[in-house]
Amino acid sequence: MYDVIVIGCGVTGAAAAYHLARFDVRLAVLEANNDVACGATKANSAIIHAGYDPAPGTLMARLNVEGNAMAGEICEKLDVPFARIGSLVAALHEDQMPLLEELYWRGTANGVPGLRLLRQGEVRAAEPNLAETAAGALYAPSAGVVDPWGFALAMAQTAVRNGAELFLQHPVTAIEPLEAGGFCVTTPRGRFETRYLVNAAGVDADRVHAMLEAPSFEIRPSRGEYYLMDKSEAALVRHVVFQCPGPQGKGVLVSPTVHGNLIVGPNAEDTPDRHDVGSTAAGLAEVREKALLSVPGLRFDRNIRNFSGVRANSDRDDFIIERSERWPAFLDLAGIKSPGLSSAPAIGKLAAEMLAEAGLDLRPRAVFCDERKVIRVKDLSQRALDELIREDARYGRVVCRCESVTEGEIAAALRGPVPATTVNGVKRRCYAGMGRCQGGFCGPRVQAIIARELGIPPEEVLLEQPGSWMVCGEAGRGKGGANDV
Amino acid sequence: MYELIVIGGGPAGLAAAQAAWQAGLRRILLLERDCELGGILNQCIHNGFGLHRFGEELTGPEYAGRFIEQLAATGVEVRLDTMVLAVQPGAGGAPHTVRTLSAARGAEALETRAVVLAMGCRERTRGAISIPGQRPAGVYTAGAAQRLLNMEGLLVGRRAVILGSGDIGLIMARRLTLEGAKVLACVEVMPYSGGLVRNIVQCLEDFDIPLYLSHTITDIRGRGRVESVVVSEVGPDRAPIPGTERVFECDTVLLSVGLIPENELTRAAGAQMDERTKGAAVGEDMQTSIPGIFACGNVLHVHDLADYVSAESERAGRAAARWVLSGGGETGGALALCAGEGVGYTVPQTLHPGALEGPAEVFFRVRSPMGEAHITVTDGAGRQLARFARPRLAPGEMEHIALPQKLLEGACGPLTVAAKEVRA
Repeated sequence: MYDVIVIGCGVTGAAAAYHLARFDVRLAVLEANNDVACGATKANSAIIHAGYDPAPGTLMARLNVEGNAMAGEICEKLDVPFARIGSLVAALHEDQMPLLEELYWRGTANGVPGLRLLRQGEVRAAEPNLAETAAGALYAPSAGVVDPWGFALAMAQTAVRNGAELFLQHPVTAIEPLEAGGFCVTTPRGRFETRYLVNAAGVDADRVHAMLEAPSFEIRPSRGEYYLMDKSEAALVRHVVFQCPGPQGKGVLVSPTVHGNLIVGPNAEDTPDRHDVGSTAAGLAEVREKALLSVPGLRFDRNIRNFSGVRANSDRDDFIIERSERWPAFLDLAGIKSPGLSSAPAIGKLAAEMLAEAGLDLRPRAVFCDERKVIRVKDLSQRALDELIREDARYGRVVCRCESVTEGEIAAALRGPVPATTVNGVKRRCYAGMGRCQGGFCGPRVQAIIARELGIPPEEVLLEQPGSWMVCGEAGRGKGGANDV
Repeated sequence: MYELIVIGGGPAGLAAAQAAWQAGLRRILLLERDCELGGILNQCIHNGFGLHRFGEELTGPEYAGRFIEQLAATGVEVRLDTMVLAVQPGAGGAPHTVRTLSAARGAEALETRAVVLAMGCRERTRGAISIPGQRPAGVYTAGAAQRLLNMEGLLVGRRAVILGSGDIGLIMARRLTLEGAKVLACVEVMPYSGGLVRNIVQCLEDFDIPLYLSHTITDIRGRGRVESVVVSEVGPDRAPIPGTERVFECDTVLLSVGLIPENELTRAAGAQMDERTKGAAVGEDMQTSIPGIFACGNVLHVHDLADYVSAESERAGRAAARWVLSGGGETGGALALCAGEGVGYTVPQTLHPGALEGPAEVFFRVRSPMGEAHITVTDGAGRQLARFARPRLAPGEMEHIALPQKLLEGACGPLTVAAKEVRA
């Protein structure tokens, strides 16, 4: 019997597990996919928002500002790439200035530190490539850019290191209340009993809730499409540049990423299919057109990748962080839309507090290891690097030339707590294949290293989810022949 | 300190290093990131290499092998499995620094008088052309699939659609077919192919693989692995025409949609770039805007044949040697070269008539296919200096003219190279 089971290991579930793991509880995390951070966490704007957007008094307002403050410390301790570069909401016309003021007062009410309204001249000085029509901007110094999947992974790894059990490829199919209290959770790979249950199932949170009782909310997924540009374009803007929300919708953002690229997007489209992360010609055109309004110098031929993510929006205006009335040991962390990534650390902490209110005994663990160190060859001094290579020569062999990732780093991604098992899992952990050639050169080598380290044949190496095979087998054996099809 | 460091051990680097040795340099270092010399030639196991150079048809590895053997007979030092992280130009005639990383030697900073950049090119990806749709496994650049098949012995899929009719895509259409996979179609957005005519015939037509000109992939479907693609016809503006969609059920998409010179080191070093070639701007001696740093092969501009890469790189190697041995001589006044009507780019981008040791060789590609055509060279005063007749011109094939030194005497810049079809 577990004390707590968290369903879902996106950034919300990972943050809940990270906070719960510091207490003396028996904790498990059930994740449907074959890696953590495979839903909204892996495909979003990768921004830690300042917190001026949500309406004052909402959970979103409180948790965003709190989460933003916590993110810096967590990223420092867990060695997650994070840069507080600040954000600008640009008024592209004079008539948008009142909106900026409204955001300013909203942010002040929410407790966002350091907000400042910039006039035209200051905006131009801060962002020379912004549209000439820019009349002013709201500057939020506390906004930052983060490695979103790395953030979730770091929290999940730290939880696992401190005793949490992570079960990948364990989609929950049924939840039954136990007579003596607690729940029985069914997955295709086994049943789990737990006293407390946390629902952090992202776009499927209402479906998971419905396994216990009719939910009081509904997830209404909304897809957003993005461009990710070559590093050559990163200097085009220095801050996260938002457009003023207006009758045309929220607008799209242009921002440097913490990895040194430039991100542009997203649009917003209702999608009936919660796991449809495809992009469309129309959606991409919409992103291009809108982005050019604020940054006319964008060169879309420098794009290296398009991607889409699905927001776990709900039919409510706020995050849904509440215990079931009938089953107080069941806690929803649902409808975690934007600013979910920013709020995640605070949501995790709140989740632990709410379970304590429901009777979970939270005694701090005797030892909680709250640190993590990742070797990134690119960031090492020559001396440190030489020392490392003497210990393990693989750190001297560059496999991914675009991102300068070595064989040592790829092998490390395939080991340790929550190791990668797929090509994309390796990419998320050490950035091999994330650069401008998109794995054109290193892909075959990464596949070979995965096969070798995991001891599997090449045809079992996956890009991402089950079924995403990379090669169909050895050539010249007839196995791949057209006659077999 | 080295006299010359050559970055890249493919056809360009091999030829440049050897030519520099023959021209008299004795402290030459060749750096290669892979575990063997030869570069992309090693995965090009088809024939067709060496017709110009050796007068016989060789495979890629055979062609590379000849240069590797010749290099072994020189005293050029070769370091494999070594990645160059940066090229830092020396200020005011000071030596340049090449920063490397390798398993064998760790991080090093090597000093050299001259550098030849010969890093080759990379393939354009799905992202570069923003193909909409899902992001399943099975979307490969043609070269990556070629490496997997020809070097790792792994077949990427059983039913493929190829986007783009560049040469690697065409070669892979035949290669996959020979391995028993079914290639359903080769789809080209332009109204003509970007590949060599011989490849269209030998790789598509001989295997009954249909080529759809003025078509493109407008959707990729499948969540785990590619399940199908949607192909649409495009109009003259290259926009898909609604209603022309057809679905191909396949598990693989190969992209052969262009090559991009890989110039991150060049840019970071501060060399002046040509936005059209995506390579450095060079003079007739293949020298970049940074004295003592030369560039050749596909890192400079994408070639159609390896034979031409070798020839160009030998010029670069010889010029680098001359530059080192003469202590970095002056080249005198320069004439700029411009791409005029019908011409996409020129290499070199400048000529130094005073420094020429023979005719000035100018390479370029035309923007669209032409029948019988005239290539003209006009100077800044509007005077036509030369005219060359060609029976036909195609963007897939690199063109070449030689301007006698005499013609350039007294010419004023810039010189414009133009190509125009002769109408009957």
